[in-house]
Amino acid sequence: MINIIWFLLISIGICYSFFTGNQEMGDIILDSSYSAYELILSIGPLIVLWSGIMNIASKSGLLRKFSNLLNPFLKKLMPSVKNPKALEYISSNIAANMLGLGSVATPAGLKAMKELDRENPNKGVATEGMITFLVLNTSGVTIIPMTVIALRKAYGSINPTAIILPSIIATTVSTISGLTLDYFIRRRNVK
Amino acid sequence: MLNNYIIPILVIVILGYGFFKKTSIYDNFIEGSIDGLKILIEIIPAILAMIFAVNIFIQSGVLDTIGGKLKDVIPMVILRPISGNASLAALANLYKMYGPDSYLGYLGSVIQGATDTTIYVLALYFGSVHIRKTKYALGVGLFADVCGILAAFIVVRYFF
Repeated sequence: MINIIWFLLISIGICYSFFTGNQEMGDIILDSSYSAYELILSIGPLIVLWSGIMNIASKSGLLRKFSNLLNPFLKKLMPSVKNPKALEYISSNIAANMLGLGSVATPAGLKAMKELDRENPNKGVATEGMITFLVLNTSGVTIIPMTVIALRKAYGSINPTAIILPSIIATTVSTISGLTLDYFIRRRNVK
Repeated sequence: MLNNYIIPILVIVILGYGFFKKTSIYDNFIEGSIDGLKILIEIIPAILAMIFAVNIFIQSGVLDTIGGKLKDVIPMVILRPISGNASLAALANLYKMYGPDSYLGYLGSVIQGATDTTIYVLALYFGSVHIRKTKYALGVGLFADVCGILAAFIVVRYFF
């Protein structure tokens, strides 16, 4: 997948520039390394700072507390998941995702998948619980999109954090609509 | 309002909780930063690869053949579910062209902040337990993304 996308972006761009007689393509390629350097330098330090702060939340047990709070809601959302261990991993995955802690979220999420697969009668086929979990995960609410804020700041935004509330609203709409569709598909399958 | 307070509130709550629970907040901060730095170093090649490709694509001017006011958001919307780094590269181009506080700048910011790399996550998570038949997962995941993007359009119109 990523091979195709990468190749298409590069080949379409270069071929189009030949087609239009655009002579600047060489410069664009040379400049891209500098753009990457700028982007990494501008968003990097804030990501490192935020990782440090979030590790305090993780180590002090605040993250655990937060994920315990989510647990009952997730239980209701995923009635087919009976395994309490799976639910626990799912909660910590979602909680970590909400706080933008990718490095904590992914290991917990993969463990959750392993637990969910334990009670999977047809190996190799996704269960309802897995799908609901992943819909929640991929549409998931991030409270503070720190990478975007860092990038906005780097490009001289006068109000880099102005996007927090709009992003929370949009991501909530996305989560609710994903869960609703998932719910109706599950109900139709029961009938 | 909330936008300006949420970061300081989170910082004080997290530090306060850690402090009163008698954990060594400073050491944990350093430890977490080192992890963050490691992640940053690991994603540098991926960012470089994506900036390289996305810049060639966008700056070649191929999108000009489409026309319309929103054409410059198209790469972001298409790349977002596949690669976070690619859509970040497209977002940086959007900021460069229009500025982060323009309509398109806000729109791109909210789309990046509100949706996730659905296709990548599904591949990673299902792949980890060798699941090949993913049933309706991709459909629902992408449906949620589309709804999030539509919501972003509406919210940005309303807020800015």
